[in-house]
Amino acid sequence: MALLSRTPRAPLEYSRTLWMRLWVGAVMVFLYAPLIVLMIFSFNDSKRNVVWRGFTMKYYDKALNNDVLVEALVNSLTIAALATVVSLILGAISAVMLWRFRFPLKGAVDGTISLPIIVPEICMGVAFLMFFAKVQWPTDLIWPLNLSAITIAHITFCFPFVTMVVRSRLASFNREQEEAAKDLGAGEWQMFRDVLIPHMKPALIAGALLSFTLSLDDFVITYFTSGPDTVTFPVKVYSMLRFSVTPEVNAASTILIILTIVLTAIALKLQGVKAIAETH
Amino acid sequence: MAEQDWKTNKRVFAAVSLPTLLWTILFFAIPMAIVWVYSFGQNAGLNEIDISGTLDNYKRATEWLYLGIFGKSFAVAALVTLICLIVGFPVAMAITFASEKWRPWLLLGIMLPFWTNLLVRTYALMIILGQQGYANKGLEALWGGASWIKTLIGLQPLPTWEPAQLLFNNFAVVFGLVYVHLPFMVLPLYAALDRLDRSLVEASLDLGAGHFRTIMRIVVPLAAPGIVAGVMITLIPALGAYLTPDLMGGTDSQMIANVIERQFKKANDWPFGAALSFILIYAMFILIALQSMRRKVPELH
Amino acid sequence: MTDAPKKPIIQIQNVTKRFGKVAAVDNVSLDILAGEFFVLLGPSGCGKTTLLRMIAGFELPTEGTILIDGQDMAGIPPNKRPVNMVFQSYAVFPHMSVADNVAYGLKIAGVRGGEVKDRVAEALELVKLGGFEDRMPDQMSGGQRQRVALARSLIMRPKVLLLDEPLSALDAKLRAQMQFELADLQDQVGITFVTVTHDQDEALSMASRIAVINKGDVSQLATPSDLYEYPANRFVADFVGSVNIFEGKLTLDEPDKAAVDCAGLGKVYLNHGVTGPHGADVWVALRPEKIYLHVPGEGKAVRAAAQDAPEGYNFARGKIKGMSYLGDITLFEIELESGARIRVSRPNLSRHDQEDFTWDDKVSMHWRADSPVVLLS
Repeated sequence: MALLSRTPRAPLEYSRTLWMRLWVGAVMVFLYAPLIVLMIFSFNDSKRNVVWRGFTMKYYDKALNNDVLVEALVNSLTIAALATVVSLILGAISAVMLWRFRFPLKGAVDGTISLPIIVPEICMGVAFLMFFAKVQWPTDLIWPLNLSAITIAHITFCFPFVTMVVRSRLASFNREQEEAAKDLGAGEWQMFRDVLIPHMKPALIAGALLSFTLSLDDFVITYFTSGPDTVTFPVKVYSMLRFSVTPEVNAASTILIILTIVLTAIALKLQGVKAIAETH
Repeated sequence: MAEQDWKTNKRVFAAVSLPTLLWTILFFAIPMAIVWVYSFGQNAGLNEIDISGTLDNYKRATEWLYLGIFGKSFAVAALVTLICLIVGFPVAMAITFASEKWRPWLLLGIMLPFWTNLLVRTYALMIILGQQGYANKGLEALWGGASWIKTLIGLQPLPTWEPAQLLFNNFAVVFGLVYVHLPFMVLPLYAALDRLDRSLVEASLDLGAGHFRTIMRIVVPLAAPGIVAGVMITLIPALGAYLTPDLMGGTDSQMIANVIERQFKKANDWPFGAALSFILIYAMFILIALQSMRRKVPELH
Repeated sequence: MTDAPKKPIIQIQNVTKRFGKVAAVDNVSLDILAGEFFVLLGPSGCGKTTLLRMIAGFELPTEGTILIDGQDMAGIPPNKRPVNMVFQSYAVFPHMSVADNVAYGLKIAGVRGGEVKDRVAEALELVKLGGFEDRMPDQMSGGQRQRVALARSLIMRPKVLLLDEPLSALDAKLRAQMQFELADLQDQVGITFVTVTHDQDEALSMASRIAVINKGDVSQLATPSDLYEYPANRFVADFVGSVNIFEGKLTLDEPDKAAVDCAGLGKVYLNHGVTGPHGADVWVALRPEKIYLHVPGEGKAVRAAAQDAPEGYNFARGKIKGMSYLGDITLFEIELESGARIRVSRPNLSRHDQEDFTWDDKVSMHWRADSPVVLLS
């Protein structure tokens, strides 16, 4: 997409007009410049963010030797992995339920399952805070059981997204395939495994990516469910930001950005850029 | 084959429905119900809450102070949504009509920030907007340039540049929320525009309409469901935003979520916090009801 | 149509369109005359739609010039061109009523008030949709939506109406009816129609002239009957209608007679000359309906064939290997003595004609000396 192209522009090639390109370019700069600046300054040999004083890795060293920060990162990844697995299962079966069956109160069930998507995070956080206090959920368990409250909260707001993605994928399923499988002698479970799961696969990958990033990203709900011993990465970064901004935060943030890019690259490798783009 | 009645295959139905239903009731419905019940309670002692059925919490929420915060939260969210729509629509158009080769990469470019940690993004924006940040440096350079031009044409130079306060105020909150929510707006807009039959756009051009008229009379009306979806997807989280006003706002840029948080973490007034939470949830319901009403109207034809 | 002097309304001069490295349209030149019903016929992906879209202005030629009514269209956007298009999907605006759809272009052109109403009514009457003004497109059938699209374009009184696969989305019966209606309509309004289609029946029944497009190039430009009876090459012979093609060598070539020696078919005699060097590789195309199948014991026809062919018999023997009864005709697949196969169609003139033959019957057949077409490419 050279800025000055030689071939004349056909009427519908809007994205080839100059102002459109400038607009999209400006938006991309707006979206990425802060992240890039942050990443560059994580290598800056200065206490303050503003002036470049030479390249250093020392803040990475510090961040990786900060036990609390590393523990927080491990906690976050553990929670995200657990939440992703359970969300995938719950999301897939609830999508199958809503897609396949007709049952009383279906509208209400459907609405309730998708409610966590629209209820504001702060309200969900408050609800979990009150719920876990009310049932006196144990907080002094050994790792990783001490993360159970946060994980449960994450599963609750992640799985409806999986349901949504899988359901829209199921809408394109040709039900004759199911009938063909049964006609050829497959039982219910074999049909599910051999026909339905392969069809759902792209949605499951997209749903897994979505759950993992949503869980890793969440601050507000975690902030309300975490105790002093169960700090996650966003909660730790938040307290660092609030109380003492050090270049370690830059290093830690860069690690997280790179993690996101790696995850995205894996998803791309699995599905191709088009399929990933289309599931959103 | 249409949907199957649950009675014809009870075993499979139980297998796919029970886990989800149990989970949703146990970890969503019950917690929300607790909040709802508590919103009718009052503090009795340090750790005791008495569920007395009082409406005092809701009465207190209608005090001017809180109404003002609700109003302001709504105004900020609406402004953020409007800016996202204006900025995002051309981007969605550009992605829709980009060549096959470029489209996925542009989409990815919009989605990657959406997958990046919200806290990290907010922090990155804070670095840029800080007193010594690049936004200020850029403005300083512009200021210097303007001053230089003035001297060129024989006028007094501008006074020396004072770093602008770009953080910890309402501007920062709006800017930050736009930064965070722009991808939310672009993706549904793109989805709607992509579904649009291109020959409709071509037909309009063919019948003599210019590009602007085609966009206003054909593209926008037909993309209306996507525009409404984008507006809702941006407005709802922006209305309940906690992190951005907390980190980037000043003392006067509190939004409703910050007030709710304070009831739990500092003021220790859970019943009032619960009442505010439910008012926020009701506000969401009203917005969604308005949206679904709007969707019904064109179908009457 | 009368014989008024016809001037070209569209001139396509050396137009090439490349998408990346692929040439969708490759150095095409053709003139479309005013008042014609012109059809661009070709298989899918041959470049015919690209050509149509270049006339409308939605694609721009990589090289070459397109003139409409003598004016160079380079740099003129679609909304400023004196042509209108009926899209394959009809592209009826779903959020506007029929009347608003039809009036859209007029209103943009600045026509106001009563004139809009009158012209909309007139245009809808023309396409037999009078009284449908207030309907919404989603309450109409595909055929009706197409009429809306037609009215919407015709109301603009364009110099040329472009139609992209206008009948492809209709069912068979409706398609046959619309073929007649479109031809009628064109006669009535006198506007030049340029239609793209991949359906040869559609092209033959509607067109005044047809350009057969293959791989971005014009294979032949002719009237429907010339195209069918005098195909210029194997592609056209095969694409338009059904045909038997045999490879052979030109062994006799005089002004009033010719013969081709075909490996599969033997010697084929023609009662007219062919322009080609002696011994050249050529192809003989023979349409199935031009072959006469002999009922057992019928000798008279063979003698008739002998009289007709200048130097011998256009005569062959074989065995029936396949039969398909299609109601009006029966199609036979016959294995010749050489092992090659030939398709023959036979009209079922009486109710019992299909009982004359059965599988593995030995049969003989003949054809007139003016029936085969010799193709040089």
